[in-house]
Amino acid sequence: MSPRIVVAGASMAGLRAAEQVRAAGWTGAITLVGDEPHMPYNRPPLSKEVLAGRAPFESLAFRPRASVADVEWRLGRKAVAARLDRRTVRLDDGSVLSYDGLVVATGMRPRRLRCAGPAAGRHTVRTLDDAQGLRAALTRPGARVVVVGAGFIGCEVAATAVGLGVAEVTVVDPLPLPMAGPLGELLGRSLRRRHEQRGVRFVLGAGVAGFAGDDRVTGVVLDDGSVLPADVVVESVGSVANTEWLDGNGLDLRDGVLTDPLLRVGGRPEVVAVGDVARFPNARYDGVPRRVEHWSIPTDSAKHAAKGLVGHLHGDEPELPPFAPLPTFWSDQHDFRLQSFGAPLLGKGDVRVLDGDPDGDVLVGYHRDGLLVGVVALGGQAVAAAAARYRAELLRQPALTV
Amino acid sequence: MKVVVDMNKCQDHGQCVFAAPDVFSLDDAGHLVHVSDPDDALRDEVEEAADVCPLQAIRIEG
Repeated sequence: MSPRIVVAGASMAGLRAAEQVRAAGWTGAITLVGDEPHMPYNRPPLSKEVLAGRAPFESLAFRPRASVADVEWRLGRKAVAARLDRRTVRLDDGSVLSYDGLVVATGMRPRRLRCAGPAAGRHTVRTLDDAQGLRAALTRPGARVVVVGAGFIGCEVAATAVGLGVAEVTVVDPLPLPMAGPLGELLGRSLRRRHEQRGVRFVLGAGVAGFAGDDRVTGVVLDDGSVLPADVVVESVGSVANTEWLDGNGLDLRDGVLTDPLLRVGGRPEVVAVGDVARFPNARYDGVPRRVEHWSIPTDSAKHAAKGLVGHLHGDEPELPPFAPLPTFWSDQHDFRLQSFGAPLLGKGDVRVLDGDPDGDVLVGYHRDGLLVGVVALGGQAVAAAAARYRAELLRQPALTV
Repeated sequence: MKVVVDMNKCQDHGQCVFAAPDVFSLDDAGHLVHVSDPDDALRDEVEEAADVCPLQAIRIEG
């Protein structure tokens, strides 16, 4: 049988992995397995342009490189078990794929609230089908929307709902400020103000105890017993790694798949993990393994992992540097953009305004031990471009050690 | 090699500028400008630029 790489997961990380193993010289077979019926597509527009009705599927679909025109796609199928010692993966149709190399790219699924109440009317936003279903609900006249979770996705959805003309949009979160977990209080306060000025209501410092209604949600019950009326509930309370199929192989699956600095899994050079399911140490920072759910990570990690994997499969163990991506993310909400470079999370204890003012366009620096570790711009295009000018400085910083 | 940018999609993220500074740049107003027929020697960096475009607005022809 000809040598084969199996890529479990056919979203962006899976596609990039396939393209990058080709770029690294792999000429053998490649099989991609993905549980969605769609070819890989770009997810950031789901909470924005797709919800707003401005982006058809064709505009989201990635254009795979010509180098992967011959790969086998098993779509609408998912990996349900693996035997790494035998190099096999079993799919939900019972078929078993044997592999020479395996790429773990199964990503995340939304975390759901486990509270009492009806399921109908409760939405998440992870897939195209999710976003299209939510759009249909948001565009019903008079819809009252409660978003649970004031993180990036929740705030993007709230902003899009207001933009669609939804009159009542409320965001609930147990924390005192939106997006303060990753960004800190200074930008959390600024973001809250911006959202409120544009019509989003916040109920902060409040947990959700349950959902009111019989067949369908009619309200969100808070932990003080009060009820927020709602026809549409969006749960944006984080995500869960799709790793159950790897159970039983002795791997560390506590939060995603633990990898080494070259993204290899379980000490096996023929198994790598990429994208947001990979919990990898970043040599640029403190070496603590973390999952990173940024859009840039699938591409960066696929490129790095593919070189090591293909090198190993070709019998030459390449000397590769440890994976050390510079994290980058953005978020578009209403008429403003957040643009981040580096790791603001690691510098939340020392936040300084580098330029501008928190009520307008503002550029904020995050420091650890006096060193700049992250820069976040909030506002218009000019300040986002200004943040980019700090990127070179962030790349030059020595590795953080703890 | 021809490089086509769908300017209806482009939102001036500038990620392509980091990946392929010889081909893409932002003007003083922060808007994207690019070389439409770069030398083939730059193919790797242009492919990288196309990969990292958040809007997937960059297409390589030929």
